[in-house]
Amino acid sequence: MSDNPYPAVPTAPAVRAAALYKAFGRKPLDTVARLRAGAERGSLPAEQTAAVIDATFEVKRGEIFVVMGLSGSGKSTLIRMLNGLLAPTSGTVEVAGTTITGLAPKQLRAVRRQSVSMVFQHFALLPHRTVIDNVAYGLEVQGVPLEERRARANTIIGIVGLAGWEDKLPAQLSGGMQQRVGLARALAADTDILLMDEAFSALDPLIRREMQEQLVELQAELGKTIIFITHDLNEAMFLGDRIAVMRDGRIVQIGTPEEILTDPANDYVAQFVQDVDRARVLTASSVMEPARAIVSLSAGPRAALRTMRDLQTSAAYVLGNGRTLLGVVRDRDVIRQVKNRETDLSLVVRHDLSAVDADTNLSDLVEASVESDLPLAVVDSRTRLLGVIPRVTLLAALGNVSSHTGEVPVMIDPPATIPVDVVTETLLATGGPTEPADAALEGSLR
Amino acid sequence: MIPALLPSTPPTSPVIPLGPWVEAFIEFLTETLGWFFGGLRAAFGGLYDVVDLALAAPPFWAVIAVVTLLGLYLRGWLFAAGSALGLVLIVLLGQWGNAMDTLALVLVASAIAIIVSVPLGILAARSGTASAVIKPILDFMQTMPAFVYLIPALILFRVGVVPGIVATIIFAMAPGVRMTELGIRGVDKEVVEAAHAFGSSPARILRQIQLPLAMPTILAGINQVIMLSLSMVVIAGMVGAGGLGGQVVASLNRIDVALGFEAGLSVVILAIILDRLTAALGRPRTKLFRRTPAPDAAADAPARAAEPVAA
Ligand SMILES: Nc1ncnc2c1ncn2[C@@H]1O[C@H](COP(=O)(O)OP(=O)(O)O)[C@@H](O)[C@H]1O
Ligand SMILES: [Mg+2]
Repeated sequence: MSDNPYPAVPTAPAVRAAALYKAFGRKPLDTVARLRAGAERGSLPAEQTAAVIDATFEVKRGEIFVVMGLSGSGKSTLIRMLNGLLAPTSGTVEVAGTTITGLAPKQLRAVRRQSVSMVFQHFALLPHRTVIDNVAYGLEVQGVPLEERRARANTIIGIVGLAGWEDKLPAQLSGGMQQRVGLARALAADTDILLMDEAFSALDPLIRREMQEQLVELQAELGKTIIFITHDLNEAMFLGDRIAVMRDGRIVQIGTPEEILTDPANDYVAQFVQDVDRARVLTASSVMEPARAIVSLSAGPRAALRTMRDLQTSAAYVLGNGRTLLGVVRDRDVIRQVKNRETDLSLVVRHDLSAVDADTNLSDLVEASVESDLPLAVVDSRTRLLGVIPRVTLLAALGNVSSHTGEVPVMIDPPATIPVDVVTETLLATGGPTEPADAALEGSLR
Repeated sequence: MIPALLPSTPPTSPVIPLGPWVEAFIEFLTETLGWFFGGLRAAFGGLYDVVDLALAAPPFWAVIAVVTLLGLYLRGWLFAAGSALGLVLIVLLGQWGNAMDTLALVLVASAIAIIVSVPLGILAARSGTASAVIKPILDFMQTMPAFVYLIPALILFRVGVVPGIVATIIFAMAPGVRMTELGIRGVDKEVVEAAHAFGSSPARILRQIQLPLAMPTILAGINQVIMLSLSMVVIAGMVGAGGLGGQVVASLNRIDVALGFEAGLSVVILAIILDRLTAALGRPRTKLFRRTPAPDAAADAPARAAEPVAA
């Protein structure tokens, strides 16, 4: 979905995890052996804990990769293996092409300084240091001289909106501001990869939303690779380019938010996504249906009228070259043209239709849908018609019910305003027999 | 019957010769490591002489002035005045020289105890194994009656101030180790983890994060070390350490109530001054500097008093 900010060389993925296992408690290797032999997490003895089981995934450069799961599902353990804070019991982790598993402590520290920084749930700021010295901490560890690191920290402090607070201690700041410091500290370290463990979970809902939006903006601006942990599905869906859903230590599905929502891998995921705020996640392109009432401008009024008659609808979308959406025609206008034996359909094309971009969130479609008696036309960046969203479909998607379950086909187009007989008579009276070739356009977007 | 097989009374002399074993061990130490203990004796003795000289050589009023200024800096004028009065009282009781000897012993023993105990505490905080080994040893050292290690200390270091210093160090060390470990373990785990996550080395984390954040607890431990050292003064006096402790021991031998009280009161005065001074170390620089904003608060007070009192 997002553009790759590292288009230059197709290098290694930002992070690659291969068959990661992490067991706590007694005999971790034995725990892993049992799990490999098919044991479930629940069937292990009490003194053996399997926190992460067989996790394999890749995080692309510049993407926001979200790991989502309930508390205790192993998210924190997983993310701590990605920067070596925890060593995997089995499996390997690669960061920007370097295998960090089994690296000596000194080299591991170098990887952390250069490639991976982290934001923590409870901020984890140094309580005895001012905001600016907290933000500059990563640079300090990297050995950047005082003046330079202060200058760089200052810039980042401005970016996260904390200007004027440089000399305060963390305890003098609100939770939201403290986490801005946490974020600034990670950004100032200037690593390509950012790990965020429930970074917004401790914040009030409003502050949280604000931070989420700011994170998305920052990511678009700075092109960091972000691995974001959350137990909140809405947050996952809002932030994630891709989401890994974890359950009891295992990754049960990896996919885009829409894939997870519309095509859950199993009942667990399906149940999980049941009460997500779908309006914020789903986009026009994920719920649209093929447009049926479409005519080509060059086909003329007779073809348009016939299409509308066959579909029993009062309006049709008019497409130009390359399927560009030109507008709509109404049956009343077209039948008048046919009666007058006019041939230029463009004279009656109306441009007052609602066309929406394919990436628009459903929440932003509701108003347009209410105001329009036509299904919303979904277009791409070059205004080519991709599909339509009838109001029924939009409501069904928002309510998470299928619009195709009923036996009676749902009426999705505006109903005809002129009786079929009248139309047929008009066509017969004004021209030859029906020209079947014209029907070819119909449904071609399926 | 089983009871019939057992002796009717417990033995009154040891069946297991644990005591003789320890005795043999001490004997072995004197024979093989005599040079080592000789060296320690010289070092501790030398250190004591230097500190004692520094305290006893200058005129008493100069020492009192220094302590008073320190009190003013760390706690405020009230405490400074109290300290000055107390020290003048010691002078008037004729115990000044003895008090300085005692102070020298306490300072030297505390300093060595701190130098040994803080690193031990750091070690215990970093390794669970070290902690598990150190804890019972500390318990043993602190609960074993202090007189008991006076005996081997006497054998190893001979009569004088040094066995007193050694016994004091052993007895007073425990809180230094415990509070250091407690303080470092009490530092927010996530903060330490964050430092690791940014690639800090363990030494840097200790220096920049763990020690500064644990400092109030460590200083509380140091305060306890000093207080325990002072409580050993009389026992040290018994092995010939002199000072106020020597006076108390002498008054005990002579059943001299007057001397006992004078020396005892001097110990109390020293204890209070040392306690309050070291307790203030952990807090931010005080009164003297807090005085500045204080007028605001004072200005509020009359205003509040002027408000009508609700019935
Ligand atoms: N240091 C540890 N020692 C023992 N068990 C642990 C440790 N850390 C995590 N666990 C266990 O591993 C499981 C996963 O924990 P965690 O990764 O913190 O989950 P999450 O972040 O998803 O809430 C939990 O059952 C937890 O109790
Ligand atoms: Mg967690």
